[in-house]
Amino acid sequence: MNKILVGVVFGLVLGAIDGATAWFTPDVRPMMTGIMVGSSIKGMIVGLLSGWFARKVQSTKWGIVVGAALGLLFAFLVAAMPSPGGKHYYLEIMLPGFVVGAIIGFLTQRLGTQPRSTTLSR
Amino acid sequence: MDLNDSVLDHLRAIGDAPDLEGTRYVLEQEIGRGGMGVVYAAHDRDLDRRVALKVLDVAFAGEARLIARLEHPAVVPIYESGVLSDGRSYYAMKLIAGERLDRYAAGTASQAERIRVIRRIAEVLAFAHSEGVIHRDLKPQNVMVGEFGEVYVMDWGVEAIRGTAAYRAPESQTDARSDIYSLGALMQAVLPAPGSPALQAIAAKCMRTVPAERYPSATAFLADIDRFEAGERVEAWSEPLWHRVQRFASRNSILLWLLAAYAAVKFVIFFLRAF
Repeated sequence: MNKILVGVVFGLVLGAIDGATAWFTPDVRPMMTGIMVGSSIKGMIVGLLSGWFARKVQSTKWGIVVGAALGLLFAFLVAAMPSPGGKHYYLEIMLPGFVVGAIIGFLTQRLGTQPRSTTLSR
Repeated sequence: MDLNDSVLDHLRAIGDAPDLEGTRYVLEQEIGRGGMGVVYAAHDRDLDRRVALKVLDVAFAGEARLIARLEHPAVVPIYESGVLSDGRSYYAMKLIAGERLDRYAAGTASQAERIRVIRRIAEVLAFAHSEGVIHRDLKPQNVMVGEFGEVYVMDWGVEAIRGTAAYRAPESQTDARSDIYSLGALMQAVLPAPGSPALQAIAAKCMRTVPAERYPSATAFLADIDRFEAGERVEAWSEPLWHRVQRFASRNSILLWLLAAYAAVKFVIFFLRAF
């Protein structure tokens, strides 16, 4: 499995799990399906970008940093959208999104194969 | 006239010293002595450099040819061989600046560094065995660690050699697995005690009394060392569950910390909302 696919798969799974934890917030339970789908898509995008970064740079430290930054950025974009009640859940979305991004960044560095280098000949 | 011990030793050394007349070497001093001969530091007049000169008993004259077959970074290269005027064979080789493995092991080298040395010894054994050469007398005194960390295995055995008791396999018929036994004994001597149970198990597997129960080759030994260094389960040891958990935790410590951070974040958010 290549690193981008690793990122997408783990992003999807971790995003879905992260979305599912919204069940512990009673106010948003009616919107669980939408939250889980949105969180999964967010995770996949973070995974895709982290996987692409892992193909370019082999560094666990920078993988975690970039994954966390991407997770924070996309969590902010999601949190910026208000709930039907007009409330914003910045803390509840951005803080876990930051850590989930770090986990995805770590996994894309540790798992998956690098593309084979090719030599061009004239 | 009284002759004290140092004078007697000096006279004995002069008496034993080889006559290098007719060679390009000038004798400096004795630097080692073994069952097969004596090693001297000497000066090569032609190339103006120091060399190690091993003067052998005639019976072991095939040693130089044996070593010359082994072109490997961990085998001391031979420059020249010949016969002295007294009929004894000699060969000149690179003079290694460094220390013997037994002295090195008594020092402060880390476990990782000691494993690196053992790995180098196993690599050269694997190579020698593939060439049909068996060492027969592998022990710390026959390994040098150079000043740049390079490792040299010396005194490659010939048929007449039966090895040193503490490192010698119990079987009478020696083969590659006898060297594996000696490698295990050497590993026990070099690693600090009490070491990792996995490493102890690897050494113990090398030293099984029944040759068929040892590693079949130095390559198989190296594969287990690789597994140990990668934090994986070694073939030589069926580890208990708690050790497996410990190994998993140490291999995946970053991931476990990240998961713990996620759980902590969720926990804090939950309680912030609840109160």
